Amino acid sequence: MSITDIATGPSAVDRFFQQLGAAPVILAVALIIYPLIVPGFFTFQIGGQILILGMIGLSLMVLAGYGGMVSLAQLTVAGIAGYGLAIFGINSVGIMGFGWPWWIAAPMAIALAATAAALIGLISVRTSGIYTIMITLAIATAFYYFVNQNYTLFNGFSGYRGIQPPTLFGLYWRDPLPFYYLCLASAALAYGLVLYGARSSFGLALQATRDNPRRMRAIGYNVTAIKVFAYFLAGLIAGTAGVLYVWFNGRISPGTISVAESIGILVIAVIGGLRHPIGPFLGAAVYVLMKTFAIDLIGAERFNTLIGLVFLAIVFISPDGILGLWQRLKPHLAPTSLRPHHEGRD
Amino acid sequence: MKLHRRALLALTLATSLIAPSVAMADGTIKIGTLATLEGPFTVLGQDSMRGVELALKEHNMMAGGMKLEIIQGSSDASPDSAVKAARKLVEQDGVQILIGPLSGDEGLAVKDYAKTQPNVTFVNGTSAAQDTTLRDPAPNFFRFSTDGAQWMAGLGEYAFTTKGYKKAAVVAEDYSFPYTQVFGFMAGFCKAGGKVPSKSWVPIGNKDFSSVIASIPDDVDAVYVALGGADAVNFLTQYQQAGGSAPLIGGSITVDQTVLGSEGKTKDVVIGTPSAGPISDTDDSPAWKKFVADYKAAFADGFPSPSLFAHGYYVNTTAVLLALDQVKGDVSGDQAKFREALAKLSFDTPTGKVSLDKNRNAIADIYLTEVTKLDDGKLYNKVVKVVPQVNQTLGMDEAEFLKLGVVGRDNPACP
Amino acid sequence: MNASQAGTQQGVTARQAWALIGLLAAAALVWLFLAVWPEGLVSWMGPKKTFVNAIFNGVTVAGLYFLVASGFTLVFGLMRNVNLAHGSLYLLGAYIGYSAANWTGYWLIGIAAGMLSMAIVGVLLQYFVFRKLEGDDLRQTLVTIGISIVAADLMLAVWGGNTYQFSVPEWLDGAISTPIITAIKSNGDAVYMKYPFYRLMVFVAAVVIGIGLWLILNRTRVGMMIQAGVDDRNMLAASGVNVQLVFAVVFAIGAGLAGFAGVVGGSVLSVAPGEDVRYLLASLVVVIVGGMGSVTGAAVGALLVGLAEQIGLVYFPTYGVVLTFIIMVIVLAIRPQGLMGAAR
Repeated sequence: MSITDIATGPSAVDRFFQQLGAAPVILAVALIIYPLIVPGFFTFQIGGQILILGMIGLSLMVLAGYGGMVSLAQLTVAGIAGYGLAIFGINSVGIMGFGWPWWIAAPMAIALAATAAALIGLISVRTSGIYTIMITLAIATAFYYFVNQNYTLFNGFSGYRGIQPPTLFGLYWRDPLPFYYLCLASAALAYGLVLYGARSSFGLALQATRDNPRRMRAIGYNVTAIKVFAYFLAGLIAGTAGVLYVWFNGRISPGTISVAESIGILVIAVIGGLRHPIGPFLGAAVYVLMKTFAIDLIGAERFNTLIGLVFLAIVFISPDGILGLWQRLKPHLAPTSLRPHHEGRD
Repeated sequence: MKLHRRALLALTLATSLIAPSVAMADGTIKIGTLATLEGPFTVLGQDSMRGVELALKEHNMMAGGMKLEIIQGSSDASPDSAVKAARKLVEQDGVQILIGPLSGDEGLAVKDYAKTQPNVTFVNGTSAAQDTTLRDPAPNFFRFSTDGAQWMAGLGEYAFTTKGYKKAAVVAEDYSFPYTQVFGFMAGFCKAGGKVPSKSWVPIGNKDFSSVIASIPDDVDAVYVALGGADAVNFLTQYQQAGGSAPLIGGSITVDQTVLGSEGKTKDVVIGTPSAGPISDTDDSPAWKKFVADYKAAFADGFPSPSLFAHGYYVNTTAVLLALDQVKGDVSGDQAKFREALAKLSFDTPTGKVSLDKNRNAIADIYLTEVTKLDDGKLYNKVVKVVPQVNQTLGMDEAEFLKLGVVGRDNPACP
Repeated sequence: MNASQAGTQQGVTARQAWALIGLLAAAALVWLFLAVWPEGLVSWMGPKKTFVNAIFNGVTVAGLYFLVASGFTLVFGLMRNVNLAHGSLYLLGAYIGYSAANWTGYWLIGIAAGMLSMAIVGVLLQYFVFRKLEGDDLRQTLVTIGISIVAADLMLAVWGGNTYQFSVPEWLDGAISTPIITAIKSNGDAVYMKYPFYRLMVFVAAVVIGIGLWLILNRTRVGMMIQAGVDDRNMLAASGVNVQLVFAVVFAIGAGLAGFAGVVGGSVLSVAPGEDVRYLLASLVVVIVGGMGSVTGAAVGALLVGLAEQIGLVYFPTYGVVLTFIIMVIVLAIRPQGLMGAAR
């Protein structure tokens, strides 16, 4: 969620300072001091969760916004990383658990997730457009039923418990403060990479492929490879978020990646807005806050009606989510150009 | 890239998050309740809340001279959501005592969470997995309800000797609570000399049991069924449709009110089914009758008779209130006094005396029942026998019991 | 000339080979059904009863899947609208059908209520939602997701988490003996396999409706218009047909079939929360495998998925889903448009 924490070198930071003014700096500072002034619950449960779900939403936004591929399997990818971590690392249910140290288990889990994401991409780019939603939804649902029923690998309904983040530099990384900063750093890194990547030659090629695959093919691009690689990159982000999510919950089970939760990721991304990487984080903030406090406002039972109606309203009124709404309410603000260079290419 | 306004928006959002943790007022004790108020188990969760309400009403919403503030939490029966809800109740709402959760895996997850919150006392709802208290227990987790294996006490022997079933097939759902139930049933049944040639573990949510039914061996004398809710009704109907003729033996929630009260023809199949559990609808004891009468008077929209979820939450809530009375509402610091009172508590419930063992798990009476049709056409579980004061090791020596191993799909076995 | 002849000859040989393999497989299947299994086979594949039951279940479940998926595929074929609320229509139809049947005491009224109410809901959806978002596939799909979230929650509010079980009328109930011998008792008597009569009737109903749909699509004026719309929507509109009306009719048929399937399926199994997702998944996989927009494809897909699911459940229980999934992946790899789908 931080704007200035971007790994694009000082010149890029300078450029942002010039373009953006002070607001992002304030935002970044706010995000950094945020955990110092709120109770632990808001740091860990709310803050951590927003950043993690925001990252998974971001991986969807990358595919949908830049690639035109709405994938409902991003939580599945995160879940694969989570299960990977439980299997490679240490868990307390006595099944699998190779006991690898975290610095091998976590990267392996992320790599596994990214590979799985690329495979999902390979399957779903066989068709295009609206089929992508269907195929990825089918994959997400099938994976959910699979982990629910399989015991040798996934320990079925109960899943894995007792997965701990490491203690490093004298800090236990599941304590609210360290965990929040870990999530913030990961999210900022992912956010920065996406901003940078969107302007890279690959990002431009991806956006051009979204807008006109035929022409891209004609001028010699391997359209399939571009799309699959986008899935792979998005899988890296989702996989990282998946590892954080398992550390956050301390456990993973099929309920974590159920169909409703997968659709929740889409809801997050759409509510926030699919046109800019900040969108999913906004969406995640709305989603997590509503989900946590709905029980105090309207009772827990009807949370889904509420979030569903918000979602429907956004789709009907503002297809670009809160971001789009904001821009529409403030017409004097020049709308953000989201694909600054690709018009030239197209 | 004009992030100006958006950044401000995010900032506003961020600052709005800084709500103060609600400070506790003097003379009030905050109690959180956690049950499945969303998702497919909503009905059960609602009934469990009736149990809490009933217990509170009997105490006039007071305990130990302090007012009680009740904050509800809700899960959808997944362990993740249970921990999230528990965390909100403890860390955001600041409850000092948490009552719940409802189902087995949730219980295991909340127990793990309890270890990280030493200043809060956790009292079970109805979750009945064995290892919530048996192995690696949390010192601040108390369970005044019994576990799924205890609920089966006496059923195996009864099925073998009285009913004369020598061979039984097992059909059960594939997660920790049914494992525990099957363990409890087979402990008695196999010991008595019975054989279990086939066990079918059915994935949760599977609605089509016809293939499972087809794979039940033809030569079994009975089928032990540990399924709950939708799955139990589905199985029973399909078993009947497929012309199944072997009599059934029920787990505790297979022929619970949820299932007996459901509409349709499953009713005819289950008449005569023996089962066992922590409650019995037709118990004649005055305490139980009073409990049912109170329940019916308070909740017109409730079940015809309180379910074991209402009962479990009622018993656990009552235990909390009694212990609070004893310590005059002192839950300060690490709640040592309150916990000591809880650990030593022994009180009469609608289903007999309850006390705790050293792992803070209940020792209580278990009811052996058989499904009977009453004159009004409704089905009830008729008491055949009360097994008195069943402990978690089912009367075995603890070391010997632990040697039986962790319950699971393949443990125990007696083919 | 020679080359092409050789090619033709090769083609024929290959076809002959395939036909031979097919014949052998069919013969093997017939033998598996009719013969009393020898010991060796039983020890390898388990009792015959299990196998035959799995096949029967697969075929009858396929009937149910076809009923749900045919509406889904029809709507997509014409309107390019992936209705992800199709599962919700199934469940809502089942609930309404249950309430109606329970209230009147007639199961058939339940069927009619489930079907008609969903047809109306379908028309309303088409009129108030999809027409507003005409031409924006993604938003239409997103809206259906939103609707399914809200619908699932509201159904839970109205009907609760209870499981409802239809009382199927006497004449449909019970098990019948099939002429298939599953075992020989020690005294020499043959044991005939019993199978629920109602399930067989579900399959018959699916076949009847499948043929009916085919006739409507191929032999009636409306059907011709729908077919024309599937092939070229703009051309249909240009030729003076009220496309919106055709859309509404198709949506009514599709949603009505979902409602019908809800009551029929609810009577086989039961009606409970979560069934919407299950049947949505079934529909998705069936149409991905069978080909979008093709009713024949839905039939083929349903048969494959139903058989895979039931055989998986019996022979490798914890990997059953994977079998279904593998079928989907293979089809996507070989024919991305589905087995019967037209290349677009």
